[in-house]
Amino acid sequence: MFTLGPIGFLTPWLLVALVSLPVLWIILRAIPPAPIRRAFPGVALLLGLEDEDSEADRTPWWLLLLRMLAVAAMILGFAGPILNPDPVEEGAGPLLVYVDDSFAAAPDWRARIDVAKRQVDAAGAAGRPVALLSAGEVPAEGGLPLRAAADAGARLEGLLPKPLAADHTATIAWLDGVEGGFDTLWLSDGLDTATRADLARAFDARGSLTVMQPPAPRIGLRPGRIEGGNLSLVATRSSAEGPQEIEVTGQGPDPAGIERELARATLSFEPGATEAEVEVSLPPELRNRITRFEIEGVRSAGAVSLADDSLRRRKVALIGGDSEEALELLSPLHYLREALVPTADVMEGSIRDLVQASPDVIILADVAALAPNDRSAIETWVAEGGLLLRFAGPRLAAADTGRGEEDALLPVRLRVGGRDVGGAMSWGEPQGLAPFSESSPFYGLAVPEDVVVTSQVLAEPGPLLAERTIAELADGTPLVTRKQSGDGQVVLFHVSANAEWSSLPLSGLFVQMLERLAVSTRTGTPDAGELAGSIWVPEILLDGFGALADAGERPGVPGERVAEGVGPGLPPGLYAAEDRRVAVNVVTEDTVMTPAVWPAAVVPEWQGERQERDLSGWLLLAALALLAIDVIASLFLTGRLTGGKSRAVARTAGTAALLLIALAFAAPHQARAQDAATPETQDRAIGEDLEKLILAASEVTLAYVITGDAQVDRVSEAGLLGLSEQLYSRTSVEPVAPTGVDIETDELSIYPLLYWPVTADQPAPSDEAYGKLNAYLRGGGMIIFDTKDGDVAGFGSSSTPESQRLRALARPLDIPPLEPIPEDHVLTRTFYLLLDFPGRYAGQSVWVEAAPPDAERAEGMPFRNLNDGVTPILIGGNDWAGAWAITDTGAPMFPVGRGFAGERQRELAYRFGVNLVMHVLTGNYKSDQVHVPALLERLGN
Amino acid sequence: MSSTPITLRPRAEGLAAPLPPLLAEASQLARGVAFGEHGRKRPGVGDAFWQYRAAQPGDPARSIDWRRSARSDTHFVAEKEWQAAQSVVFWVDRSQSMQFASDKNLPTKADRAALLSLAACVLLVGAGERVGMTDMGVRPMRGELQLGRIADHLTANTAQDYGVPDTDILPRYSRAVFISDFLSDPAPVQAALATAADRGVRGVLLQVLDPAEEAFPYDGRTVFHSVGGTLEYETRKAGELRDRYLARLARRKEQLSAMAELTGWRFHTHHTGDSAASALLWLHTALEGRR
Repeated sequence: MFTLGPIGFLTPWLLVALVSLPVLWIILRAIPPAPIRRAFPGVALLLGLEDEDSEADRTPWWLLLLRMLAVAAMILGFAGPILNPDPVEEGAGPLLVYVDDSFAAAPDWRARIDVAKRQVDAAGAAGRPVALLSAGEVPAEGGLPLRAAADAGARLEGLLPKPLAADHTATIAWLDGVEGGFDTLWLSDGLDTATRADLARAFDARGSLTVMQPPAPRIGLRPGRIEGGNLSLVATRSSAEGPQEIEVTGQGPDPAGIERELARATLSFEPGATEAEVEVSLPPELRNRITRFEIEGVRSAGAVSLADDSLRRRKVALIGGDSEEALELLSPLHYLREALVPTADVMEGSIRDLVQASPDVIILADVAALAPNDRSAIETWVAEGGLLLRFAGPRLAAADTGRGEEDALLPVRLRVGGRDVGGAMSWGEPQGLAPFSESSPFYGLAVPEDVVVTSQVLAEPGPLLAERTIAELADGTPLVTRKQSGDGQVVLFHVSANAEWSSLPLSGLFVQMLERLAVSTRTGTPDAGELAGSIWVPEILLDGFGALADAGERPGVPGERVAEGVGPGLPPGLYAAEDRRVAVNVVTEDTVMTPAVWPAAVVPEWQGERQERDLSGWLLLAALALLAIDVIASLFLTGRLTGGKSRAVARTAGTAALLLIALAFAAPHQARAQDAATPETQDRAIGEDLEKLILAASEVTLAYVITGDAQVDRVSEAGLLGLSEQLYSRTSVEPVAPTGVDIETDELSIYPLLYWPVTADQPAPSDEAYGKLNAYLRGGGMIIFDTKDGDVAGFGSSSTPESQRLRALARPLDIPPLEPIPEDHVLTRTFYLLLDFPGRYAGQSVWVEAAPPDAERAEGMPFRNLNDGVTPILIGGNDWAGAWAITDTGAPMFPVGRGFAGERQRELAYRFGVNLVMHVLTGNYKSDQVHVPALLERLGN
Repeated sequence: MSSTPITLRPRAEGLAAPLPPLLAEASQLARGVAFGEHGRKRPGVGDAFWQYRAAQPGDPARSIDWRRSARSDTHFVAEKEWQAAQSVVFWVDRSQSMQFASDKNLPTKADRAALLSLAACVLLVGAGERVGMTDMGVRPMRGELQLGRIADHLTANTAQDYGVPDTDILPRYSRAVFISDFLSDPAPVQAALATAADRGVRGVLLQVLDPAEEAFPYDGRTVFHSVGGTLEYETRKAGELRDRYLARLARRKEQLSAMAELTGWRFHTHHTGDSAASALLWLHTALEGRR
């Protein structure tokens, strides 16, 4: 590539054409603009006239310059100019591109691939074969996987970082089997590993080694810890140079289950420090929700730290029997408190209060009988997923709870009495614990020798007993039993929670057992012992970029393996065993990010930041623009632009302007689509909306809901127009032209009523629209639903698609109870006295808000004292709009009924409409007793 | 606006319809009669009373003699003795230069000239005059047939670039109408006028010009050529020529006007952009001799 300063040319030999420019100048200069030939009879008069200007006729210099510039721009443009071209390695022979695909390479993965791609392309241009190898996918054996450069480039695009640290052991082993020399391009992730130096030496021995690594430091986020009630976040970085600030967010589901940011902290690296720490104080509710921490803006598995049980604090409700002034150490709750307070939020209080606080665990220590309402509350809570942990004790042993039949809150039936072993009055020795069986959640826990049980309650033998036993004594009697109940479970320790009946609460095993039952949670990373014996199934897995993915069905991993930390068989993610969760993170508490150190001969380089830019597009565009200007200038010079025929001029100028505009829009890459709503158009739209609103608000405006069915909307508008005219002529209500309302976008509060024709295929409004409609109804608005199916179905039978649709549409609406319109409803007399409410169809019942049940007919009154205010809703299927509808000429749009009877029906329909609007506008005015005598007089006879 | 005889006649008739039949100047009538065609002893167009006859359907109301009719129950028409009429000869330039129109919406000058002359012929024939063309080879005659011949003749263009007035048929004491753009050498026109004056012919010079010829709206480097292509003139800056061209045009008009004045003719310039009716009106008044 031929370079000229920062500009390189792809086809530099084209630049030779620039030499022709001066020649072109001379030629063009000698050739003036072509004359126009015009037929002109007056030429006879012109003969003999001389041009005043005696200058030689030549093209003006500025036009020449314009053309020269255009030609020069074209030549330069076709020569393929590139700003800041990337220097490309020179060399011969095969090239091995070795890519570190560790998590540390993920943040700038795209740039790495681009760099590698350029090198591969360059190698391809030089005819070199290319082998592509990534650290995580080394072939077991065989030589260099050489390919054509294009093929390697395509494979390069398919590489993805792995959520693991780079490990070169396999590569070194593979390299031993490879013969011949080659050059190596190593895209390093910039972190040091034990095998890096060896591999570098091995590569160096085969040929020249080029290392490319981005200079930016690698950043990792260690798992969060809880220290003194605060959340401690630590980030580590590979270089300790200048100060650096990173933002860490805690993500998790909000109460509605939607993933969102729950916490945010800024970590500042001091100059010279590789670690930054911050403590965040979070309410337990918030902290328990956090599922992961992320470094903002860094896409890497190392920048994501999944949160597990170690960050959760379970809410545990402790309920003991009446302590009766007993000694504190004898209290059944003492040891539980001691065991739980460091790792859980312990609550104590009345059962009712505790259940309402929705704890994760309720512990009943030696509580036998429960009040019925407490009992049902706990049962419900258990069924919804709570863990009820019960301890036996003297009271439970004495009570007859769970004796005859199984108690819902006890896992097994209990035998009367219980037993004492190894006591002064009994036979036998105190019993130790048997090793836990494989099916037990405690499997893998070491059983201390010194734990002995002297007293316990005994389970009644039964077919389910063995299945429900999760721990037993050496002699096989159940010690801990468990049963599932709904989504939750009930666990019973057959010994007391204090040291009275056994030494279990004194042992460390007790705490571990509580932990295994997910009653308490550990702090810090679990060690192998804690995890031993359990099988962990991945729930969520991280990919190299730190993105979460559902693990799907994958085999479980033994706890011992989980304790070893992330590795080839254990991708980072969240692993679950029963109710416990363990996060396996790439960056652990003791991860240190050491920058890679290279042999002195190898200097890592990086040109990822420099971007070459293709200038040819711009230059060709400039040439085109110059030529367009030249067109106009030439037209001007030859007189074709001014004078002559104005239309032709306008056309020419128009074409030129269009061309220029087209050029402006064709700008190579910045022709971004304009936002559809520029501020001006938005303002205009708002202004129009405002005008419409002000108009609607200043006069009575009837409104209908736009259904999207053009015919229905047309009828609605015509119907409301007809009704408006009738109102205008008959009453003092003088409505303006009705308006269609889009309930999604329009303001509703200014319309006294909404006419809503229901069509079978009407889309349901959005949730926001329903919110607006409910607010409208609450604010005194009225919606008239018209299913328009009165001819085929009585309203209420959901036999027509319209009424089915109406049910679906109205379900989210805040609608009071409805009833068919009663005879004494105020709608029957707000303006006209009406008994029926026909539209195009008659005789179907119309439903309005039900009268309050205590409405009674007052003494001497024809009407009940009904609810105040306006019915917010009116439902019918009589197609009122069809009856009201008029055409532009004022004639009815649709026939109603037949002959005069039909016209009478239309008249009644109008009367109903008038009553309706009157009802909306005047409320229960006509229910006022003031008018009763007059109404009586009219009604009486 | 193609000028075929079939379309030219109706258009000319339409144009002439609103004007009263053209009566050539009465003073010249006596001279025209001097050819010995006076008093043909038969009814016709003339000044002297010939006879009364009963009005027949088709007689125009204006020809009824109300004085005579009032004395009886029937209507009478007073017929005049036919008298020889005035001859009006036309010379219409049909050369290539007349085929020019600066805009496709404008008629060519030839088209306008043919229209005007034929309209005048229609009027004249209606008034009983004889009409003819100087270069048609036929003496002036009256009647529909003559109008047809003239229409045919008007639509046949000549190949020469600029027209020269023809005085082949120019009866003594007749009236003449010369229609052209008069852009070429004025000498032949002058000669023709001289010939006409010798024969006691008076008449009208009607110059038909295109608006572009009057405005010279050109600019830039231009090669102007005559329509026939015989003349060519190149300029680098047409716009600078405008004033001088207009001055020359004005001088040409003055020349023509002066020539006309000298020989008792009348001169008028008509532009194809204006309505033909105004030119016809002028022609009408000029031929009627009202001053």
